[in-house]
Amino acid sequence: MAWLPFIGRWLEERAGLNAALTPVLDHPVPRRSASWWYTFGSATLALFVLQIATGICLALVYVPSADKAYDSLLYLNYEAPFGWFLRAAHFWGSNAMVAVMTLHMIQVFLWGAHKYPREMTWVVGVLLFLCTLGMAFSGQIMRWDQDAYWGLGIGASIAARTPFIGESVVPFILGGPIIAGRTLSRVFTAHVFLIPGILIALVGLHLWLVLRLGVNEWPMPGRLVDRETYRQRYEDDVHKDGVPFFPDAARKDMVSMGLAILLVLFCAAIFGPFGPHGVPDPSIIDTAPKPDFYFLALFALFALLPPWTETVLLVFGPPLAIVLLLAVPFLAGTGEKSWKRRPVAVLGVILIVLTVTTLAGLGVVVPWSPVMSAWSALPTPVAYVKGRTPLELQGALIIQNKQCRNCHSLGGEGGRRGPALDGVATRQTRDQLIRQVLQGSGNMPAYGKNLTPAEVTALVAFMQTLRPDNQPPARPSVAPAASAR
Amino acid sequence: MCADHDLVPSKSTSRRGFLFKLGLALNVLGGVLVGIPVLGYILAPIRRLGGQAWIKLGPVASFPDGETRLAVYQNPTTVDWDGATAKTACWVRHVKGERFQVFAVNCAHLGCPVRWFAQSRLFMCPCHGGVYYEDGARASGPPPRGLFQYEYEIRQGQLWVRGGQLPTLAGPV
Repeated sequence: MAWLPFIGRWLEERAGLNAALTPVLDHPVPRRSASWWYTFGSATLALFVLQIATGICLALVYVPSADKAYDSLLYLNYEAPFGWFLRAAHFWGSNAMVAVMTLHMIQVFLWGAHKYPREMTWVVGVLLFLCTLGMAFSGQIMRWDQDAYWGLGIGASIAARTPFIGESVVPFILGGPIIAGRTLSRVFTAHVFLIPGILIALVGLHLWLVLRLGVNEWPMPGRLVDRETYRQRYEDDVHKDGVPFFPDAARKDMVSMGLAILLVLFCAAIFGPFGPHGVPDPSIIDTAPKPDFYFLALFALFALLPPWTETVLLVFGPPLAIVLLLAVPFLAGTGEKSWKRRPVAVLGVILIVLTVTTLAGLGVVVPWSPVMSAWSALPTPVAYVKGRTPLELQGALIIQNKQCRNCHSLGGEGGRRGPALDGVATRQTRDQLIRQVLQGSGNMPAYGKNLTPAEVTALVAFMQTLRPDNQPPARPSVAPAASAR
Repeated sequence: MCADHDLVPSKSTSRRGFLFKLGLALNVLGGVLVGIPVLGYILAPIRRLGGQAWIKLGPVASFPDGETRLAVYQNPTTVDWDGATAKTACWVRHVKGERFQVFAVNCAHLGCPVRWFAQSRLFMCPCHGGVYYEDGARASGPPPRGLFQYEYEIRQGQLWVRGGQLPTLAGPV
């Protein structure tokens, strides 16, 4: 083994890597910053490397052509040796990367790491976050199934709402007038060349900034950041009470990186690859497209925003949110660092996290979507047909046949777009029911043209039976005129 | 190694100054000569590549009076590797006689495919719950307008529509 040091010396004389890297590895880190809390960034980096490795492997087989992409994904899933595993690792890796990166962002914000002099590190981090979301979206499109096809349609429809240039933006994104072969080539180029190139450059810059400015110290309540004194104080502290990055801080980073990767590989092995789902054939319209989890919150927002705010929020909301994120260190770049004394920051994070997770949860349940098969697939609860007159039974049939249950549930089953019909007779009188059915209102279409008078009579007769035995039917608030009695 | 040389050219018309400017100019020229075609290439789809065209949907007889049926056509501007995505679906409503309505399947809200329910005579969207009446008018939900409609013509017993682009609020079919 005597030749090993020789090779080492030979390489060092030419490449000088040791001389270049030693100061990087030895750079002092504040002792308390060698914490588990500070390892999300390196875990994200590890996941990024995993994405590159698995992504390159997938690109060996994946065909970025609209007519073959789907088949090549099936080939990866079922025929290519370990293809299923690499696809799964890439999918779970992408989910994990978005998740861990979000944790990293929340952590550095709460620990005040975005403050002077690390504003630029934060700005680059926000750009990295946006690029990663870009990778997530384009990766989801490259799955080239029904969700991808219609998901891209949603993206194009949002872009179309941009004032003035909307009409040009759509074909620019799609690479043509419709979603087709040229679209996939564009998305492929973005996912494989363009965004990764930017990502790698930005990761380099991000790391350089971390090295140059030092790892954020552990924030102490009451220890304020002041532009005049901060850097000197940090230098003094880190030299007085610092530890070398390697191995003192790197130990925990390494554990966290390894755990992140193992977790992804574990999920990949257990849950396998995701999709592709239905064939991307635009003539198959029996589909309910849904985005991957990181865009579920947006998907839900689109359904819940009041229509008049929609265009403004869709077009200006995302740029505004990005500008606000980028502006964070410039709006609050000095002062208190500890989250214990930054109630607005903490509440802000809680508010955003709660909003996003609540919306994403709703995006899973989609209570605003009609259940397309409810009318023909769901049984009428037995209790609602037992002992009913032929007229009422006819009404029960009409509720099914006219797709009422796509939006209204009975016995807990059916759509949730409109109110459940169980107990409707306790809320509305006969006349109110007839009016509602014929004219609709709010979110309900008018059925006046689609029901014969006989059908309306039967339907309303059935609905009047929909109340618990111990509750009286709704009564008109105004007593009927004496002559009508 | 060349500490005594001027790295920044002097203002004089020396050979060094000329070479520096020439080098700069050549690279700018190269950048422009590459940049123009690159931009033109990337932005080309905006010019519509042939744009919309008249497309034959089929004989009028295949769309019975009073019914709404799904029709599928091949998009007029395609490339060989489009595969199934070259297809586009649309809803054809035969109102009466020579009166038709041809709707894009794409919801006017965010483009998801709407489905026709003949019994309630409604189109429903699976994504965000947009609903339309049989004549395409908005019935409920988030869509800001009714369904997108194709221009149509009847030529020798055949139904033709004018289409060829993804309908959005910025550019209906």
